[in-house]
Amino acid sequence: MNGWTALDRFLRTDPRDVGCAEAMELLHVYAELAAADASAAQRYPGIAAHLAACGPCGEDFDGLFAAMGADA
Amino acid sequence: MPPADPPGDRISPPPRFDPDSDQWVQVLSDAGPAREAALASLHDLLLRIARGELRRRGPQLRITGPELDDLAYQAAADALLAIVVKLGQFRGESKFTTWAYKFVIFEVSAKIGRHFWASRTVPMDAEDWERLPDRFGLDPARETERRELADAVRRAVDEHLTPRQRQIFVAIVLNGVPMDAMVTELGSSRNAIYKTMFDARRKLRSALAAKGYLNEQASRHS
Repeated sequence: MNGWTALDRFLRTDPRDVGCAEAMELLHVYAELAAADASAAQRYPGIAAHLAACGPCGEDFDGLFAAMGADA
Repeated sequence: MPPADPPGDRISPPPRFDPDSDQWVQVLSDAGPAREAALASLHDLLLRIARGELRRRGPQLRITGPELDDLAYQAAADALLAIVVKLGQFRGESKFTTWAYKFVIFEVSAKIGRHFWASRTVPMDAEDWERLPDRFGLDPARETERRELADAVRRAVDEHLTPRQRQIFVAIVLNGVPMDAMVTELGSSRNAIYKTMFDARRKLRSALAAKGYLNEQASRHS
């Protein structure tokens, strides 16, 4: 991947992206769905789009997912 | 007419939650020693999750030893407070513990963001555009391409971004300031910073596509 491709990928935005506030509000629901089966992204495409684009929210999701696993 | 409840007794509403979650909510909603014990148990759980999360993020952090544990204690205490205040907002859409863990994960993120400035030396508004190609992994040997990319983006930033968008783009992209550290520095929210960056990214992509640097058709779909 050259620099332009990486820049293009970084600048690309997804209109379905719900933003941090909504993703954070529903993160616990999304995380349990994601742990149960693969339907989380289909049910909440805007959150899936956001988590793919937002580093901090993606990190929080990974952390919550790991916490749920540690609790199981 | 249904018979009246016996004096001093009341019929419990059917649980809205799974049994464990219902137990947490009931005991935390009551007063007395059972609540105190539940708060202590929840604090222990949150502390364990905070420590685990800080360990998981360890490689990105410049924090070790007692300072790291201090951060875990602060995150657990602040999360506990938030959970108590927001208990009435728990709707049983997930297990109570999953909902509660979310708060401690957010607190860990916020505390890492605040801690960033303790060891930071580069100002967030420094505009060294020669760094930009490195941010996108461009080979140092490809000097012409590096210069073209840096010049094109800088020109698009000059021409299309608002001062606020420029400030946040420069801090995050050129200077590598994490978004949660920007939240602390600007007294803003993660959502507001993300939205500003989102709009900046969209504008820059459109401007660079119009100049032929990026694929025009793909641009219309993003």
